[in-house]
Amino acid sequence: MSLSEQAEARDPLMIAEGWMNEGRDLAIATVVETWGSAPRPTGSHLVIDAEGNFEGSVSGGCVEGAVIAEAIDVIESGKPRMLEFGVADETAWRVGLSCGGKIRVYLERLG
Amino acid sequence: MDPHVLKSLNAAKRARDAAVIVTDLEDGRDRLVRAGDHVAGGLGEAIGKAFKSGKSGVAQADGREFFLNVHIPPARMVIIGAVHISQALAPMARMAGFDVTIIDPRTAFATPERFEGSDLVADWPEDVLKDRPLDYFTALVAVTHDPKIDDYPLISALKTGCFYVGALGSRKTHGGRVERLTDAGLSEETIGRIAAPIGLPIGAASPAEIAVAVLAQVIEALRTRELSLRHAEGAAA
Repeated sequence: MSLSEQAEARDPLMIAEGWMNEGRDLAIATVVETWGSAPRPTGSHLVIDAEGNFEGSVSGGCVEGAVIAEAIDVIESGKPRMLEFGVADETAWRVGLSCGGKIRVYLERLG
Repeated sequence: MDPHVLKSLNAAKRARDAAVIVTDLEDGRDRLVRAGDHVAGGLGEAIGKAFKSGKSGVAQADGREFFLNVHIPPARMVIIGAVHISQALAPMARMAGFDVTIIDPRTAFATPERFEGSDLVADWPEDVLKDRPLDYFTALVAVTHDPKIDDYPLISALKTGCFYVGALGSRKTHGGRVERLTDAGLSEETIGRIAAPIGLPIGAASPAEIAVAVLAQVIEALRTRELSLRHAEGAAA
């Protein structure tokens, strides 16, 4: 039996394959480690194209903006990056996780 | 990520096969390992553990750092009974990511109009489950109250080791059920796995509220289950 169409339609890696088939360049972000209270479990994905369109999540919306900004560079350079996010900085010029957790996000280009 | 790895992974997911994506965090190279594939050395051991636990994570092996992303098939829910509760439960469970099938031989209940968008089979469970057997990744929810319809799939689910088995019915109804299943040769411990009365005790009254209570209990079972060796064997089969 196949995956339900609804689940497939929201699976970031299924979406990534669809985008790839359309010829779009894209990056895949993956939560590889979490400490403390993290909003999304290890293995969660966010996929981003060169225009900044995205699907999925690596946090509860706290750090996606920063990951998307980095993704544009990674799509261009092809070099993977490891990003780390901790508690939101009180000076507010750095994004972070308001829940108090810490996450490591691996960001790579597809292909 | 290698586009070929992405395609192979998605193909494995569509086939309900378990797979692990192994990424070398130093050079970024990745590959897909299916349950049962042989991988040598410390990395092979780490992959074996990942399949058993179902948990993704970073692994140090053979002097390098790897990320192992485990993809286990999404859980299925098989609902016995095309009743009012099922009309609410089916779309809710789909939204939560389950593959849902509703089985009821009573054609008056099992009509496509009442279950738009659902996989609905108007046939006896014993006939349907012959072609589409239950597995470890399946939750069995029996809600007809009718022993002629509910008992066979309940016994089948308990024997298979479905991660959740629940049956609707009052304590009296369930008492009769326990007697029948005991007569069928099931142990007290096995029968004790049935969630009855069904659903978390949230005081649910309407069919939709009962559906919430059932879905919550199924999710609890899914997220707290011990991924045992049995699971690993199932994934490797």
